[in-house]
Amino acid sequence: MSTDYDIVILGAGPAGLTAGIYAARARRSVLVLDNGSVGGQMVLTEKVANYPGVTETSGRELSQVMAQQARSFGCEVKAFARVAEVDLTGDVKAVTLKNGTRVTTKAVIIASGGVPRKLGVEGEERFVGQGISFCATCDGEFFTGRPIAVIGGGNSALEESVSLSKYASRVTVIHEFDHFQAEAWAVAEARANDKISFLMNQRVLAFTGQSGLAAVRSADKETGAVTETLVDGCFVFIGYVPNSGAFEGQVKLNERGEVVTDEELRTSLPGVFAAGDVRHKRVRQITTAVADGTVAALSALEYLNELAA
Amino acid sequence: MLQTGLEHIESEQAFKDTLADNENVMVCCGRMGPMCLPVYDIMEALTPDYPHVAFRDMAFDEPVGRVIRSLPETRGFMGLPFTVYFKNGKVVAATSGIQTMEQVTAVLDEKFGAGR
Ligand SMILES: Cc1cc2nc3c(=O)[nH]c(=O)nc-3n(C[C@H](O)[C@H](O)[C@H](O)COP(=O)(O)OP(=O)(O)OC[C@H]3O[C@@H](n4cnc5c(N)ncnc54)[C@H](O)[C@@H]3O)c2cc1C
Repeated sequence: MSTDYDIVILGAGPAGLTAGIYAARARRSVLVLDNGSVGGQMVLTEKVANYPGVTETSGRELSQVMAQQARSFGCEVKAFARVAEVDLTGDVKAVTLKNGTRVTTKAVIIASGGVPRKLGVEGEERFVGQGISFCATCDGEFFTGRPIAVIGGGNSALEESVSLSKYASRVTVIHEFDHFQAEAWAVAEARANDKISFLMNQRVLAFTGQSGLAAVRSADKETGAVTETLVDGCFVFIGYVPNSGAFEGQVKLNERGEVVTDEELRTSLPGVFAAGDVRHKRVRQITTAVADGTVAALSALEYLNELAA
Repeated sequence: MLQTGLEHIESEQAFKDTLADNENVMVCCGRMGPMCLPVYDIMEALTPDYPHVAFRDMAFDEPVGRVIRSLPETRGFMGLPFTVYFKNGKVVAATSGIQTMEQVTAVLDEKFGAGR
């Protein structure tokens, strides 16, 4: 690995890998660094059926193909890079890894995506893997014939409630509002399922139990009435938070911690661009991440050309 | 059969041999699913930095998976993968579900000694 690049991309999800493809194909020296596996959230997707041009694939396979494509143009992709520090403020940007390696560059594309949002309530950490799960396809069968709860009211929560009802004896959907964010078809499908019931307008207070999860305690947001939903399992689907902590105080973030960009995906700092789920936008999908990666790379290339002019 | 770059444990005898031949062993017992793949990737990435640890995987649904599934330390686990750390043949830690690099290295460093 060299220590100076034209462009450094932080994150090897679909946004970062696409930016890598475009920037390396323009014959720039490009390094993609990821703190985790190549592929980002795509790896957590068992089946991708809405990526145009590919009828159906696994997130893992799509990740590998994208990384291979980027590498074929000369882009370096490093997984588990353990980024320790990022200095974006100067004309020369620096990224320091935990092993002490310091990489410098003229342009940075932030493509660090997001992670599942946690409730941050008592018992949540303790029961992960022992009742609390984030993946219905992975862990659903552990709850065969047993009562479970699903927390959330978006498409993921309602779709997974339906798929979990194939295993569970009953599914209680616990949601923080009195209406769902999910699309009408997902709501209709969940409502039509006899095994699924709904507990609306709830604030989750705690997960309780001895050796394993036994109940979800929640309170009605209006009346304060507390409900103990007795369950053996609970699946949490309450959205994502952006991985932007490393850039706080450097680029402008909005109140949700998302990186603020303009149409060309420029951030508040010259030479720093952002793409994918980490930035402020409404639709978070592989297709939109890929589109962002394209725009951010082309903007970064334009920035480098202007610097050289 | 798992498609990873790790050495697989495919029989109870191989499991016994692995524990007998290595002081420190980390076994990830899972499937080729979204919560398991990141853990296998982490183990592959850590292999060069932890030469004193034998990193192995095991298919959860194969008969051999029973040696992990039936351990007292994994009773109550309800999230794939089941990851178990052995020192001198004895279980010293066990986790259920997806893990981050930081979580894995914290256990390795504490139980087996720091990596390179
Ligand atoms: C379970 C699940 C199922 C989904 N199913 C679909 C689907 O079927 N179709 C679809 O279109 N979309 C789906 N999505 C959404 C889609 O996966 C995301 O919108 C997309 O992956 C976002 O891409 P990204 O590149 O912006 O970020 P991510 O995929 O989140 O990748 C970001 C990468 O950045 C890394 N990173 C974080 N911080 C740093 C740092 N400081 N330095 C370096 N690297 C860092 C992370 O390790 C990660 O690998 C799904 C998401 C999930 C979780």
